[in-house]
Amino acid sequence: MSRISKIIASLQAQNKKVLIPYLVAGDPEKGLTVQLMHALVKSGAHIIELGIPFSDPSSDGTVIQLGGERALRQGTTLLDVLAMVTEFRTTDQQTPIVLMGYLNPIEIMGYETFAAAAHTAGVDGVLVVDLPAYECDELFAAVRPRGIDTIFLVAPTTTAAREAAICENSTGYLYYVSLKGVTGAAITDKTAIRDKISHLRTITNLPVVVGFGIKDAESARDMADISDGVIVGSALVDSISHLQVGRRYSEDELMEVVSVIAIISEALKKH
Amino acid sequence: MRYTVSESQVVHAGSGLPAGQEDQFSGPDLHGHFGRYGGAFVGETLVAAVEELDRVYSKMALDPAFWAEFDKDLKHYVGRPSPLYLAERLTARYGGAQIVLKREDLNHTGAHKINNTIGQALLAKFMGKPRIIAETGAGQHGVASATVAARLGLECHVYMGADDIKRQSANVYRMKLLGANVIAVESGSRTLKDALNEALRDWATNVDNTYYIIGTAAGPHPYPRMVRDFQAVIGREAREQSQEQFGRLPDALVACVGGGSNAIGLFHPFLRDADVAMYGVEAGGDGLETGRHAAPLSAGRPGVLHGNRTYLMTDDAGQILDTHSVSAGLDYPGVGPEHSWLKDIHRVNYVAATDKEALTAFRDLTRLEGIIPALESSHAVAYACKLAADMPRDKFIVVNLSGRGDKDIHTVAGIDGITI
Repeated sequence: MSRISKIIASLQAQNKKVLIPYLVAGDPEKGLTVQLMHALVKSGAHIIELGIPFSDPSSDGTVIQLGGERALRQGTTLLDVLAMVTEFRTTDQQTPIVLMGYLNPIEIMGYETFAAAAHTAGVDGVLVVDLPAYECDELFAAVRPRGIDTIFLVAPTTTAAREAAICENSTGYLYYVSLKGVTGAAITDKTAIRDKISHLRTITNLPVVVGFGIKDAESARDMADISDGVIVGSALVDSISHLQVGRRYSEDELMEVVSVIAIISEALKKH
Repeated sequence: MRYTVSESQVVHAGSGLPAGQEDQFSGPDLHGHFGRYGGAFVGETLVAAVEELDRVYSKMALDPAFWAEFDKDLKHYVGRPSPLYLAERLTARYGGAQIVLKREDLNHTGAHKINNTIGQALLAKFMGKPRIIAETGAGQHGVASATVAARLGLECHVYMGADDIKRQSANVYRMKLLGANVIAVESGSRTLKDALNEALRDWATNVDNTYYIIGTAAGPHPYPRMVRDFQAVIGREAREQSQEQFGRLPDALVACVGGGSNAIGLFHPFLRDADVAMYGVEAGGDGLETGRHAAPLSAGRPGVLHGNRTYLMTDDAGQILDTHSVSAGLDYPGVGPEHSWLKDIHRVNYVAATDKEALTAFRDLTRLEGIIPALESSHAVAYACKLAADMPRDKFIVVNLSGRGDKDIHTVAGIDGITI
């Protein structure tokens, strides 16, 4: 059982919800990311999705686009992202890390090189936004033997045939996209999400986590009610955007920056 | 009822050979692969949309009634066939092979782009999508999309990089006159690639009622195949006209390559004619050695962007590089996947012409033939002149004059230090 599956299983056993924040590696500068990750764990994060910045993030809304642009201005590369995971692992061996991004940086590094380096660094899962399940043989061949989970998105538009294929290819958890659109948009149709998740429960035992559009305690509670947990991206990246490049921050200051995660964590506990 | 399709109809759909007799040029495969290139690398929200489009187009491509309507529009609305014109004074200047122009510049709206938007608008109508979106670089595809939208009474939104809006203001105004909403894209490098990203975001958000007209033979499957099939009218006409006017096929074909739709449209019907040499001319910008260019096939490497695996301008970390070209329509870091495959199998030669060479060709063609070419097409003319000079006089070269240069006169005047 992978580190991701273990954590989610143990939360499920206690009737608790999983909380997964997303941040862009290197935003607003490389030196702050690992500190922010530790602050997220202290604020109640169970798993961290670490975004690999990409010049052409065509599935992301403005907030995460700008996060990527800030990270790229600091010259953040995939190698830097892996170095951040290595550094994080020197003091935290428990919290699973999922790398989330677009295919080109991985393709250019080479699948084997990437998988070996990710394994050594202590990466637990990968989620490649623009890699559909039927194009993933090369990536699978490289990451699966190393015990790295492959996480895929399921969208409101996903057909029944594809749902089955995605569930077959997924390990760790299913990432259910709450809406038609890009990251950071607003959720409008809760009933449709509930119906879709109930349906997914009938075809898979994988945990189902909801992302896109979760920005506060209320939306997190709504979505956690009908799933195994939530992913919070744009709301956190927006808060991180106020950090200044070249300034040192105390642990308390960074805890304040990621306070949206602590608030959501509290809300999910009271649930 | 089983559908019987004649050989000529399948040729029309671009595959070229009847079922069961496909060869290497009948691609792509069912998942949109040309060799290792192509595919459909899109976010999950859009997968169902590209699959639906593939299903619909695959069916329509076998329907003679669809092609009959397409042909009718090309004839009566676009003004096809476009002439094949022997440029005698330009030929005399270089003293070698005859230079013959395929006059796509004479199409309605002034470029080859309309061939594709006519075809895709028929699909949008058939699929019952009331809203179309498009990305544009130089504005030619945006104008062609706004044009078909006006004609069919569809709502039209065109994404255009904020920098391109500045250098192509005449086309922006044309789109607005045609009733389109032009949206300035301020993200990334503020050019064509960013307009494409923004159009993909719009499509994911409005996928239920929106048809996305991609302007070039790139993007996720089925676009590269579909756009090629619509543009292949250029090559089919050029074949017939060459036989009629010269009694044989050309010795060489030359076309400019940005995303590569005019080039694949000219080349594809000739791919099986081993004696016809082909040259795709990329934007060499300030020169390949300077790094300031837009020539992924000449100086890039394979990667994944905008839904397909193809040659790209990308750095060692996998970030897409900024491109440079005097022509907005070639200023793109990727290229259609079929070109990537044709490069690897050595069927087509990919070369580059610099900004300076393109501008010289722009002036030459204007002064010697009375034809003002688009800056994009000027790259093809520039290379054709070089090629002609090295070939005997009894050979002939067909150059795709993919668009006219009215939209570029401000840019050229600016280079001359003149404000108009």
